[in-house]
Amino acid sequence: MAKRERLSGNEAAAIALRQINPDVFPAFPITPSTEIPEYFSKFVADGLVDTEFIPVESEHSSMSAALGAEAAGARSLTATSSCGMALMWEELYVAASDRLPLMLALVNRALSGPININCDHSDSMGARDAGWIQLYAESNQEVYDNFVMAYRIAEHKDVRLPIMVCQDGFITSHAVQNMELLEDEEVKNFVGEYEPEHYLLNSKESMAVGPYGVSNYYMESKYAQVVAMENAKKVAVDVMNEFSKMSGRQYGLFEEYRLEDAEYAIVLIGSAAGTAKDAIDRFREEGKKVGLLKIRFFRPFPGEEIAKALSKVKAIGLMDRAESFSTQGGPVGSETLAALHRAGNTAKTIEYMYGLGGRDIKVEDFWKVFDELEEATETGNNPSGYRYIGLRE
Amino acid sequence: MSYNFKETMNKPERLAPGHRMCAGCGGTIAVRNVLRGLHEGDRAVIGNATGCLEVSTFMYPYTAWEDSYIHNAFENAGATLSGVEAAYNVLKKKGKIDDTYKFIAFGGDGGTYDIGFQSLSGAMERNHDLVYVCYDNGAYMNTGIQRSSATPMYADTTTTPVGNVSVGKQQNRKDLTAIIAEHYVPYAAQTTFVQNFKDLHIKAEKAIYTKGAAFLNVMSPCPRGWRYPTEDIMEICKLAVETNYWPLFEVVEGEWILNYEPKKKLPIEDFLRKQGRFKHLFKKENEHLIEVYQKEVDRRWDDLVKRCI
Repeated sequence: MAKRERLSGNEAAAIALRQINPDVFPAFPITPSTEIPEYFSKFVADGLVDTEFIPVESEHSSMSAALGAEAAGARSLTATSSCGMALMWEELYVAASDRLPLMLALVNRALSGPININCDHSDSMGARDAGWIQLYAESNQEVYDNFVMAYRIAEHKDVRLPIMVCQDGFITSHAVQNMELLEDEEVKNFVGEYEPEHYLLNSKESMAVGPYGVSNYYMESKYAQVVAMENAKKVAVDVMNEFSKMSGRQYGLFEEYRLEDAEYAIVLIGSAAGTAKDAIDRFREEGKKVGLLKIRFFRPFPGEEIAKALSKVKAIGLMDRAESFSTQGGPVGSETLAALHRAGNTAKTIEYMYGLGGRDIKVEDFWKVFDELEEATETGNNPSGYRYIGLRE
Repeated sequence: MSYNFKETMNKPERLAPGHRMCAGCGGTIAVRNVLRGLHEGDRAVIGNATGCLEVSTFMYPYTAWEDSYIHNAFENAGATLSGVEAAYNVLKKKGKIDDTYKFIAFGGDGGTYDIGFQSLSGAMERNHDLVYVCYDNGAYMNTGIQRSSATPMYADTTTTPVGNVSVGKQQNRKDLTAIIAEHYVPYAAQTTFVQNFKDLHIKAEKAIYTKGAAFLNVMSPCPRGWRYPTEDIMEICKLAVETNYWPLFEVVEGEWILNYEPKKKLPIEDFLRKQGRFKHLFKKENEHLIEVYQKEVDRRWDDLVKRCI
């Protein structure tokens, strides 16, 4: 039986974690993710979970301790945002290379500087090449559901990769929305026990983790990670289908919104999809054929599938919430473009940057994007350069 | 705890031969003898900061470690083993583990005094039931003998080279054992290879079997970095103790205990003269520096003795 609730994204994350009852949770506070370990500490204090909570002295140590715990055979995670993630950067790569399926509850926040506590995706996008599965959410419901599904994907024997469960700082983490929770037993049964094949505290064998890998072996270890990431696509789809049977909520590697017959489409990640959907609905009322492709998994990047979904549109707005300083757009732009090119899709594209450091994006902004896409198509001119939305004059 | 040298030495080796550490390496001697502190039948998870020890003992696909072992990065052996220990506690509580495990981290002075200092301090303050062992060879030896905060004053290293206007490292070394003791952990001690390893063996066992966080600082000479013939290692360790350069002491539940006082303290130059890294101090124009050195050694010894009353 589903329970209706009104929760913030951080509360929803903490409740999902209580239901999952992980083994080890080291954490260090940083806005806007702080509430997750706060709520969770109270669950520990009230004896609602078996988890060992470790209040470490930095994010580098929170990821290091989570990594140690996971290697030891315990289901573990940590939570962070922004600079906290930047401090654990080195460890992100080690966790992925060690093939440890731990979780990072990431509440996306702009990287310094200047220091800024609000949402953009510069933290996780910077770590897109670290070897982690990256899963993003539009709403609090999606945040909660992603948490429930995450370990099943990460821990699968064909995957064994760490997973970053991302949500937009303040926009979902602190805003309260109506949502449905699953029963504790349902989540417990869905997630299951963590039973690693090899781990440090296995009485049947000793194990060594974290070798010096010379040139003779390093490249093979990276390729093995690539294969695992490729496998993660199918595993994720299977897990999402199974989740749908339990919850009635169906997810995919990305979400298509009114894309079926769309002539103009936008591609983006995260909470801005909600505003985009509203803009699309209102444009559709005027007879304009517009749609959205919302990426949920940025790693593995479902390039082939995205190109297929966009095969019929005339023009695409590729919208990023993380600057890459390539001067050609952001990571969503460049990776989607590469996928379109590989698929032989020659739709016109305009790359956009929006919402950096929590800058609001409004319905009218999306209308402007669609107008620009239409204009580029009708004039036949190739749009030049990429564009900032909502920049102060 | 009664001590039997023969029994201790006859325990099975837990660091297998065939690793790639240098001949005469003090770090390896420290590790093998610390691991003799483990009771037979007890299992261990070894944590290791990046350094000579790690790159030479676990080069894929070979490991020299008989026990479970985790290397993570340079600066986080304390935090990593904190996580392992927490995992043990929760899995034990859940009835998933029956064996008794002990947790021992090894780091050189680079990974311990310097880049891993915060991680170590955190693990000590949180009082995880683990032992952090520093094999202190007084410089970043793995990268080629660069100075650390454990490098003794006036040492010639590759980042404090002796030159026309330099006499080596200008600063005094950090007293890390005292700093960790000031965390009020249940056990902190320092030792080296003297007295047929009795002091080291006893302290290792105490550190491993003390409930809560323990720290062991083992002076572990490096023949390459200190520039002495490998066979002189025991003599150098003895001189370090007999000159009061490296006093043997322990801090048990806040009580400071001096474990050894030389009957006749030797001058510091006896310790310095044996090592190529201090060769420049014995030039005519630098003799006054040995006096400065002696004063520093005496000051630190006096401070320690005061604490041990």
